Amino acid sequence: MIRQDELNQMKGKRQSMQDYLASSVKEIPPSGIRKFFDLVAGSKDVISLGVGEPDFVTPWHVREACVYSLEQGRTAYTHNAGLPELREGIAEYLYTRFNVKYEPSNQILVTVGGSEAIDLALRALVEPGDEVLIPEPSYISYSPIVSLVGGKAVGIETFARDQFKITAEALKARLTSRTKILILCYPNNPTGGIMTYEDWLPIAKVVEEHDLIVISDEIYAELTYGSRHVSFASIPGMKDRTVLVSGFSKSFAMTGWRMGYACGHPELIGAMLKIHQYTVMCAPVMGQVAAIEALKNGLEEKDHMVEAYNQRRRLVVKGFREIGLDCHEPQGAFYAFPSIQSTGISSDEFAQRLLVEAKVAVVPGHVFGLGGEGFIRCSYATSVPQLSEALERIGNFVNRIKNI
Amino acid sequence: MSELKFKVLDLLREDSRRSADLLSTLLGVTEQEVKAVIQELEDEKIIVKYSTVVNWSKLDEDKVTALIEVQITPERGRGFDAIAERVYLYPEVKTVFLMSGAYDLLVEIEGRTLKEVALFVSTKLSTIESVISTKTHFILKKYKQDGIIFEEHEGDHRMLISP
Repeated sequence: MIRQDELNQMKGKRQSMQDYLASSVKEIPPSGIRKFFDLVAGSKDVISLGVGEPDFVTPWHVREACVYSLEQGRTAYTHNAGLPELREGIAEYLYTRFNVKYEPSNQILVTVGGSEAIDLALRALVEPGDEVLIPEPSYISYSPIVSLVGGKAVGIETFARDQFKITAEALKARLTSRTKILILCYPNNPTGGIMTYEDWLPIAKVVEEHDLIVISDEIYAELTYGSRHVSFASIPGMKDRTVLVSGFSKSFAMTGWRMGYACGHPELIGAMLKIHQYTVMCAPVMGQVAAIEALKNGLEEKDHMVEAYNQRRRLVVKGFREIGLDCHEPQGAFYAFPSIQSTGISSDEFAQRLLVEAKVAVVPGHVFGLGGEGFIRCSYATSVPQLSEALERIGNFVNRIKNI
Repeated sequence: MSELKFKVLDLLREDSRRSADLLSTLLGVTEQEVKAVIQELEDEKIIVKYSTVVNWSKLDEDKVTALIEVQITPERGRGFDAIAERVYLYPEVKTVFLMSGAYDLLVEIEGRTLKEVALFVSTKLSTIESVISTKTHFILKKYKQDGIIFEEHEGDHRMLISP
């Protein structure tokens, strides 16, 4: 007697929901950070250095502008590419802050967070089998999105000894005839590394010689300490090859609003707009109204936040070094990326034990790809007393490990 | 004033217990520099006192605070200063401001009971010769003082881990 499930199998019928799922989705491993979500969920009195977002609340005048617009009944769809006033504001902001000029009518697309902008750019560009280069350690989403659109993510390892900068030599070494795109993220999540104008020139040369398109994620552009961010799009000859991705989350403490944007060549932005209009239609109007207010009146408050991050950065780097953990000096974003190699345990074990034994949450470096193992990501977007307490707990924990 | 002085003041206003060591770390300068700046600020009476903002309503302590509008006749030659001095020398008086507008002095008084404050106003303040009138307003509840919101409604809503 043949069982029903065997019969189904013989007929080629699907056995479970798993069989319905697209292989591109099934093949993506679950996020290494997700595992820590679950671990942290049940813990109490945890100091979290695992949060990739500002600890400031969105400035009141920005929230108030949104509330006021809601009171006025402003709840309708906007132009697919975003409110013209917002695109004009973004154009002016990018020009005055980073010296890159975009035409609001056809070179700027307002998206649901920077994440959507990256997804759109990859969907608009990648053909099956195309290779996409990603300097690593890197933000965890790039590689899975590349896989989802049928591309092949290729990591380029960067090193603490180079302040986690990407070099032209390392870039060249990973080029193949299938290489089409380079994703850049500077200031970098998770390392805090930045690139200067001089650092960019040789990279731009390789990009030009090998006809690459660059997706430059500059979401942390406002968070630099000591030097102003240099946009890759501002390097001569690079603007038309670059999709500049940014947003309001980090600079204006607006993570939950999901307000991002992409700027680039009109044809590429036009292609991204097509996908955007058929998927999300437009970014939420209330977020767009808030973003306009942030650009108009939020820059001063942003400066105060950056000053606060800078102070905490000094505290954290000094703290790790005093604990005896090598820590390169991050020049941007709000993460320290200290090495835990001297403890002799893996970053995963370190992070898990630190959470259980010392009640401090950090993210193990291995989740960020090549070159991440042996490090932990620690966000310093947390108050000074919390950071001081966290450093003390980490210090005691490291001492215990070393003495065993 | 130097930028460093402003930064030190900012950090001490947030928390006056911060040590010179912590300030030097936060600001990326030496501890000696921080100490020198604080000394200067104290010498110049820019830092006048290190105090604590207390939310008294959390204690069972009886405490009454009143803000009193005082209208006065200024004195020839000394304007309002002489009267202000007579007022601020009373230990019950916590604050005295010279104001523009409908009245001249705004006086903050602290006492244990309503009666105590009322008595002070009627027997001490109102009887000063140049005082024309007083209007006493009792503070019912403090929501925010010196930039500190007492009932914290903006807690940290972030998840413990995020990408």
